[in-house]
Amino acid sequence: MSSLHWVVFSPFLLAIFVPLLFKQFRRIHTGWFVLILPIILFVYFLQFIVVTSSGNTVMERADWIPSLQIGIDLYVDGLGLLFALLITGIGSLVVLYSVFYLSKETEKLNQFYVFLLLFMGAMLGVVLSDNLIGLYMFWEFTSLSSFLLIGYWNERERSRYGAQKSLLITVLGGLSMLGGFVMLGFMGQTFSIRELISQSAEIFAHPLFIPAMLLILLGAFTKSAQFPFHIWLPDAMEAPTPVSAYLHSATMVKAGIYLVARLSPIFAESGVWLWLISAVGLVTLFWGSFSAVKQTDLKGILAFSTISQLGLIMSLLGLGAAALHFENLDDNIYMAATVAAIFHLINHATFKGSLFMAAGIVDHETGTRDIRKLGGLLPFMPITFTITVIGGFSMAGLPPFNGFLSKEMFFTGMVNVLALDIFNMNTWGVLFPVIAWIASVFTFLYSMILIFKTFTGKAQLEKLEKKPHEAPMGMLISPIILASLVITFGIFPNLLSASLIEPAVSSIQPLLAQNDFHVHISFWHGWWTPELWMTIGVIAIGIILYLTLSKWKGIYGILSQRYSLNALYDWILSTMDNFSRALSDRVMTGSIRNYLVYIFTAFFLLLGVSLFGKGAFRLEFGNIAPIGLYEIILAFALVIGSISILFAKSRLTAIILLGAVGYTVSLFFVLFRAPDLALTQLVIETISVALFLLCFYHLPKLTSRKEERLTFKVTNAIISVGVGVVIALIALSSHSQKLFDSISSFYLEKAYTEAGGKNVVNVILVDFRGLDTMFEITVLGIAALGIFAMIRLRLTRRNDQL
Amino acid sequence: MEIVMAVVIGVLFMCATYLILSKSILRIIVGTGLLSHGAHLLILTMGGLKQGAVPLLSEKAASYVDPLPQALILTAIVISFGVTAFLLVLAYRAYQELGTDDMECLKGNDTHE
Repeated sequence: MSSLHWVVFSPFLLAIFVPLLFKQFRRIHTGWFVLILPIILFVYFLQFIVVTSSGNTVMERADWIPSLQIGIDLYVDGLGLLFALLITGIGSLVVLYSVFYLSKETEKLNQFYVFLLLFMGAMLGVVLSDNLIGLYMFWEFTSLSSFLLIGYWNERERSRYGAQKSLLITVLGGLSMLGGFVMLGFMGQTFSIRELISQSAEIFAHPLFIPAMLLILLGAFTKSAQFPFHIWLPDAMEAPTPVSAYLHSATMVKAGIYLVARLSPIFAESGVWLWLISAVGLVTLFWGSFSAVKQTDLKGILAFSTISQLGLIMSLLGLGAAALHFENLDDNIYMAATVAAIFHLINHATFKGSLFMAAGIVDHETGTRDIRKLGGLLPFMPITFTITVIGGFSMAGLPPFNGFLSKEMFFTGMVNVLALDIFNMNTWGVLFPVIAWIASVFTFLYSMILIFKTFTGKAQLEKLEKKPHEAPMGMLISPIILASLVITFGIFPNLLSASLIEPAVSSIQPLLAQNDFHVHISFWHGWWTPELWMTIGVIAIGIILYLTLSKWKGIYGILSQRYSLNALYDWILSTMDNFSRALSDRVMTGSIRNYLVYIFTAFFLLLGVSLFGKGAFRLEFGNIAPIGLYEIILAFALVIGSISILFAKSRLTAIILLGAVGYTVSLFFVLFRAPDLALTQLVIETISVALFLLCFYHLPKLTSRKEERLTFKVTNAIISVGVGVVIALIALSSHSQKLFDSISSFYLEKAYTEAGGKNVVNVILVDFRGLDTMFEITVLGIAALGIFAMIRLRLTRRNDQL
Repeated sequence: MEIVMAVVIGVLFMCATYLILSKSILRIIVGTGLLSHGAHLLILTMGGLKQGAVPLLSEKAASYVDPLPQALILTAIVISFGVTAFLLVLAYRAYQELGTDDMECLKGNDTHE
């Protein structure tokens, strides 16, 4: 355990004490205690910038299950550090914001902060883990904590629905990802990402390469809400707004992006990787921005906008893989895509975080998030308006904010596709910049809707639940910090380039970044660049579309709700529900006979099949004991006795026949030189028969009741004959082949010398296996207690009735 | 002898299974009784039959039969007695309270949730 391990586990440790703090200090908002931790962690991770920006990494190992090569191996490089800073940095701001957002009187703060800390620790684990299985474990923890946080207001039906949806979709992806990880581990004989990267060439040639990649990508796509798995994210907006800002915008949904970036060095040589990621990313980018325009809920707009921006980053990461195929280029233009992805990742966290917080303020201070009710809030909330304008303009890609820069770089990446001549990119590649541009128009459009429908126009105060006013200062601090970062990164983008972007990019493209790779982000590229004119086009068309919004909004009605992906999800869920209910109703009938039929059939089939399938059956006639006359007689008696039980008319006959069988068995014990058994069997059999008769013979009701012979049932007969035959075969083959020497000679030798007894069976029971006998007595005791309790049961009830 | 015993054990198991699958609770108990007889004989047969003297060291024989299966069976006999007694009283009380010994009538109703 190194200090790094303590850092990753510290949120979990603090989570243990949160309920205690909540209970002990009711007058202080629990958030203040929690806030300390992410700030400390943020400062701690800041120190690592020195390490990673000079090209070094830190690796700390701790064994967990060494025999399976599973460990908590923490690895800090540029990429992991960037995410760790986002998690702790945004985390601090979100906790601060939540102190003012969630009331300490009415909210279950103890639960909220436990879940939030659980998430923080898990997310740090995801981005710092070098071991794939460790990463998977933390990954599922983030899904779980996201589920708990979405369902935080669990009295609301929509919250529960959203929580379940997010859990089902992300865990489905997580499980398939685990499958992919296991395949990777199988190919490389290790779970360490470092070591897997070092043998990427062998893995690329392995037949499991494509299946593993597809499974892992399914995990990444579900987590990062890529089309068509994006449907969980809008429903996740039921979570409290601080959670939406943190998990469902800045950090958790970027785990899929992290995974793609992290595993790029292993998979990126493949054309499937490049195509799949960039295509899925682009479709998500378009669909998210297109759908965002029709939303009426502020957080709904932000949710679809997040989906679309995640698609943007995803597609850039996919295209960045193209750089691998042009290793010899001095000026590798395809690196631009990866740089843009990382830069936009940071920018998105800042502007989307501030927008979410602003939306939360609007919700908090007006009581609604519906833009049809909102409007004209500018005079009431000037600071929130300013924050929204900064965030919104940055999202729309307007200068001088950071979103403008990364949007320009995004266009550069997409335009570069036109020059790409691998993997058939020269045919379909032309679609990339076109789709990117259209999606950007819609992005511009929804950003404007978000800003102006909320804050300008005519105020409709009568529709609001509260009289709107500016939020308290504490609530504004976090969004103001984020908004000022938006401007800072916009004006001084190269603050980030050497410290964060270069180390992160060199983690994604380790081979290419080696030789003197530098990022320089500049505002102005000259008049005649396609990017500039694309941006101008976006703004022009965007303004036209905004002004004519009411005229063309009808196109959203064309696609009926009945054919949406959500309807498909609901249909799958209810079908599975009905199917499993129908199945369990059929199987779990409550009839003990049915269950016994399952058990015996399974017994018969499993034993029978494995007996012959594994070649265990053998028949050998050597070494067989001679057959005596008595034994023949006894065997006949036994067979006739047990078969005639089946045909016994009265219960009494059956009981007496059972007794007869028991006595015959004890006579067998005599013949087979087991005097102790014979004695015990005789005693027990006598008691048993007496007990049977006591219970059933002396009950007048039973004997007077009409008794009937056992009716013949074909299925029962088939099953029982099958069981009998299988047992007989097992008895034969177990005699015919001895795989091991008997351990009995030990007891024969030691019975007298060790235990001082001459009756070996007795010595085994009371000495060598004394504990067995003790438990046997315990079982008898339990049975006796049970019998006693059952008899008492009647007495107490009778008393009650009296 | 082992071959004969294998057949006998098979018959015991067959009858026991058939009884256990019946509806009457008493027959089920009789079936478990038969089943344990079958199991005891199976264990004894698997250990080999009559290959020496009774495992009493005072016999001073050259070889003894396997004592370990005998010890196991001794435990099993007692346990099966406990189970039988418990089931009997259960059936008896169930009959007293509910007035039937038909398993199909004793099963719980289908109302889930």
